[in-house]
Amino acid sequence: MEITGAKILFETPIFGGIRITETTAVGWGVVVVLIGLVKFFTSRVEKVPRGKQVLAEMFVDFIYGQVESVAGKRSLGIAPYIGTIFLMSITSSLSAVVGVRPPTVDINTTAAWSLVTFFLIAATKIKAHGFFGHLKEYLNPLNIVDVLALPVSMALRHFSNILSGFILMELIGLALAELSSLALGAFGEYFPVFRAGIPAVLSLYFDFFGSFIQAFVFIMLTMVFVGMASEKKEEHENI
Amino acid sequence: MSMDQAIVMGASALGAGISMFGCFGAGLGQGFATGKAVEAVARQPEAKSAITTTLMIGCAFAETTCLYGFLVAIFLTFTNPFTNALVG
Repeated sequence: MEITGAKILFETPIFGGIRITETTAVGWGVVVVLIGLVKFFTSRVEKVPRGKQVLAEMFVDFIYGQVESVAGKRSLGIAPYIGTIFLMSITSSLSAVVGVRPPTVDINTTAAWSLVTFFLIAATKIKAHGFFGHLKEYLNPLNIVDVLALPVSMALRHFSNILSGFILMELIGLALAELSSLALGAFGEYFPVFRAGIPAVLSLYFDFFGSFIQAFVFIMLTMVFVGMASEKKEEHENI
Repeated sequence: MSMDQAIVMGASALGAGISMFGCFGAGLGQGFATGKAVEAVARQPEAKSAITTTLMIGCAFAETTCLYGFLVAIFLTFTNPFTNALVG
């Protein structure tokens, strides 16, 4: 058996050959699905919420509540970003359920997200302390390592958690196919019966639970670090 | 298969196994954290949701070292840079 990276579907003839991989294709699919969902949930918005609008408002309230309680009232402006990353991460990881390769099983996707978070934290720090006050922090070389390790560890955490679930599900599927060909002979080899329902039970843990936890941890860490960065110095000493 | 290749492949497999020792510490740390969280919930059941959220974040942090070991093992097993370097 073979575990490979995302397959390259084709290369664009212009711009020096940009590679369009499975990750890119599925990622755009996820974006289209999310836009469709948003269009569905926000069509016919009324003053008194009804039906599907209640669900959408519940989600927005949840995100704003989390941001306010974790990052503080001052950082409420990052709530749209948090909600976007949360939905994107969950939908990307859950795309494994329909049988495509999820975009989060590619370090490029999670690295892009954690880089956005990294720059968001830097911008928040500059906003809170001023540009030169922010630079003062880097006088200590250990702080530089600390700051640079954050995006690396965030990207690798999300990537490798989803990767481990993905590989386990692949292995279980292969083992079940092998088992059905052993038990049922040629019929089982042509039509792997055991592969039909049993992985669904395990997918509940590896796909649903895992991707929800990872999306939650990613937004939680973003909120915690932005909240820490937005603290002014004098307030910090009082705590 | 040449002798060189056999040695490199065997050493890579051993390295993959050894790198999974990183999970030992992560499991220990998560166990301690969960035990303390259970104590905290028993002492203050009304703070359960806040404790659970903090525990999740702490476990995610503790898991990171284990995941680095896991990544090394995966790279050694499936993409194997050392045998590729030897052949290419």
